[in-house]
Amino acid sequence: MRIGVFVCHCGSNIAATVDCPAVAEQAGTLQDVVFTTDTMYTCSEPGQNEIISAIKEQKLDGVVVASCSPRMHEATFRRALERAGLNRYMLEMANIREHVSWIGKNKPRNTIKAFELVKIAVAKLRNNNPLHANKFDVTKRVLVIGGGVAGIQAALDCADAGYQVVMVEREQSIGGKMAKIDKTFPTVDCSSCILGPKMVDVSQHENITLYAMSEVEKIEGYVGNFDVQVRKKATYVNWADCTGCGACMEKCPSKKNVDKFNEGISKCTSINIPFPQAIPKKAAIDPSGCLMLQKGKCGVCAKVCPTKCIDFEQKDEILSEKVGAVIAATGYDMFDHSVYKQYGAGQYPDVITSLQYERLMNASGPTGGHIVRPSDGKEPKKVVFVQCVGSRDPSVGRPYCSGFCCMYTAKQAVLTKDHIPDSDSYVFYMDIRSPGKGYDEFTRRAQEQYGVQYVRGRVSMIYPKGDNLIVRGADTLAGTQVEVEADLVVLAVGAESAKNAPALAEKMRISYDSYGFFMEAHPKLKPVETNTAGVYLAGSCLGPRDIPTSVGQGSAAAAKVMTLFSKDKLESDPQVSKVNASRCVGCLKCAATCPFGAIKEVTDRAGNVKAEVIETVCQGCGICTVTCPQGAIQLQHFTDNQILAEVNALCQAQLDF
Amino acid sequence: MSGSTGLLAEGQDLRIVGFLCNWCSYGGADTAGVARCEQPTDLRVIRVPCSGRIDPLFIARALISGADGVLVSGCHPRDCHYAEGNFYARRRFEMLKQFLSVTGIDPERFHYTWVSASEGQRWQDVVTSFTDRIHKLGPAPKLSGGTGYDEECLKEIAAAVALGDECPCHKEKA
Repeated sequence: MRIGVFVCHCGSNIAATVDCPAVAEQAGTLQDVVFTTDTMYTCSEPGQNEIISAIKEQKLDGVVVASCSPRMHEATFRRALERAGLNRYMLEMANIREHVSWIGKNKPRNTIKAFELVKIAVAKLRNNNPLHANKFDVTKRVLVIGGGVAGIQAALDCADAGYQVVMVEREQSIGGKMAKIDKTFPTVDCSSCILGPKMVDVSQHENITLYAMSEVEKIEGYVGNFDVQVRKKATYVNWADCTGCGACMEKCPSKKNVDKFNEGISKCTSINIPFPQAIPKKAAIDPSGCLMLQKGKCGVCAKVCPTKCIDFEQKDEILSEKVGAVIAATGYDMFDHSVYKQYGAGQYPDVITSLQYERLMNASGPTGGHIVRPSDGKEPKKVVFVQCVGSRDPSVGRPYCSGFCCMYTAKQAVLTKDHIPDSDSYVFYMDIRSPGKGYDEFTRRAQEQYGVQYVRGRVSMIYPKGDNLIVRGADTLAGTQVEVEADLVVLAVGAESAKNAPALAEKMRISYDSYGFFMEAHPKLKPVETNTAGVYLAGSCLGPRDIPTSVGQGSAAAAKVMTLFSKDKLESDPQVSKVNASRCVGCLKCAATCPFGAIKEVTDRAGNVKAEVIETVCQGCGICTVTCPQGAIQLQHFTDNQILAEVNALCQAQLDF
Repeated sequence: MSGSTGLLAEGQDLRIVGFLCNWCSYGGADTAGVARCEQPTDLRVIRVPCSGRIDPLFIARALISGADGVLVSGCHPRDCHYAEGNFYARRRFEMLKQFLSVTGIDPERFHYTWVSASEGQRWQDVVTSFTDRIHKLGPAPKLSGGTGYDEECLKEIAAAVALGDECPCHKEKA
């Protein structure tokens, strides 16, 4: 075998703490290495051309690139090999940047380590074989999980491009958090006026199938061919016949259910349509309050329903869908502010969250858009906003900035002045974070034009005094303590990951961070992709996002799906397991351990049972390879021989016998 | 860092082999690199697709062939890219731990843990503390060096290996 070794300087990223020419020179002493060089930027065009010409001139049949992480540039160099006519799997990389030069300053030791990593790579490469991809069909349908603004945008873009979309929404209506909001910053335009038409488009688009009150139960398969099971939760209303007339809501005697859409500031009936613009506009029964379902007597709704669509016997349904790609746009939850005992959240009725305040301001909210105190229904004249409740506070496990709270607080303060012209607003803040287009101008307008009092400092406690609340905090700019007597206190709660996000991530086989937000494949260059092929992300499931970013990511994820669907056939990854039938004893332990059901039982001509790998189903984990007592099933590109060659290269067995 | 830097400044690097799954821990080690989380230089990483791909025999082979320590890391339980690979891995590693002491290898020289792709800092801590541990244990006794092993016993094993199928233990079985 003729191997070439290319050691990259990566400018000074590697060269500053690794002696690259020495590594290259030393690599020349390794078995089968016939060509070595060190280059400034191997990934650059001249760098890649150097590899290509070396392959041709030196007749190389394997290449080792010692540079950055293979997670970064393996694909780049594989393509370079292909352009030179070599099989892409005849490449090995030694990660001498992330694993060497960036984590140690001792140049001699780094150089030795870098050389040893090259040595491992060469040892593995000497055992590599060319691998060839198979082609398989793509199901050109996409599953969109979550019907918030990000999911809606993604679904509409895919549907407009001509692809079938299956949208799964957990709640009774799509719209997500944006549907609850009154106005959007910094333009102060009506949220439901810009979202409403898009929601209607989803319901009317011929390419979109919408499942509301549904959750993803299971996702199996692989890119291009996912099998999805959707649990359609019982609504006790036959939605095919429900016209959304609302007659049932008027007559329902059980009127004390928590109104989730209104964030619990009002009550609703057990059979309910969450809001007038709901899509789909269908009634559903909340079984916790329904007299018929709890006590077995009532059934008023069934009597008044003009289409006779109430069905108390309804059960959850499991539906199966075949899709080729998945977009997760599952959004976020508001931080549970009740951990701040000193703010009296959940204890004093006039300490509310920003989203509850949003419902109070909203014309379709429980007060018809009239701001009143929840305790006595009076109009508040002094409103205090407390920022960073559950943001940038490690003591409650939320050290990150939620990003949009500064802006929505400024918007709410502005709207308060619009609603109640003789009111005063105070905002306690840590720093104002307003990096978007027109955002900083907006917070300035709030202060300068609307006279909102911004106090820089945190609030230490809130306590009642008569009918009002005393907000005590620090003014760190003036260096004094401040006390404001407020009629109403609004806590600007931050964002946290949706409650079931980790469970869903496990179903999709994607990673999530320690806060439960989904992980993108690369924070800079692959912001809507995941490490699982065919699964894409959009919006606040990745971390707190404002509306423009969520919409942008929805479109971006849709574009990624369209790119995937632009091909009629996809290439499978040939790094799959392969059975050596002559060594296989047919014990089928491999089939029992395979998490994907990728191994089937076959009988050979002599009637012996053998294992066989279904190549398109195999994901290439290699669990079977370790399980096989015979070493008969080997994961290609990570065979026992290849890994042991690496171990041997490192440890250089010196056994005497 | 403090404990190990002192040790490292004096002695040579020891031989520590790392087996890292591609999706979480290799990514975590990359994240540590990108964040410039300084680490001791002893560790050499071998990349595998999943911790479930790691045959306990790879670890045994490394330790027998002269590694002073073996560090294995995969995705956190329930967060495996292949759904359940790390569960298989965990069982195998626990089993291996039971056997290592029987073979005369200090089980302290082997450690497995879980590090996700976002936990660069955790990776730094894992590497630093494991390297520290290995430096405290010192270089592993080498079979060829004649330290720590019964020479007679080794000779007997060598003789048995040389006999191959002719060895009495094989005959008894047949």
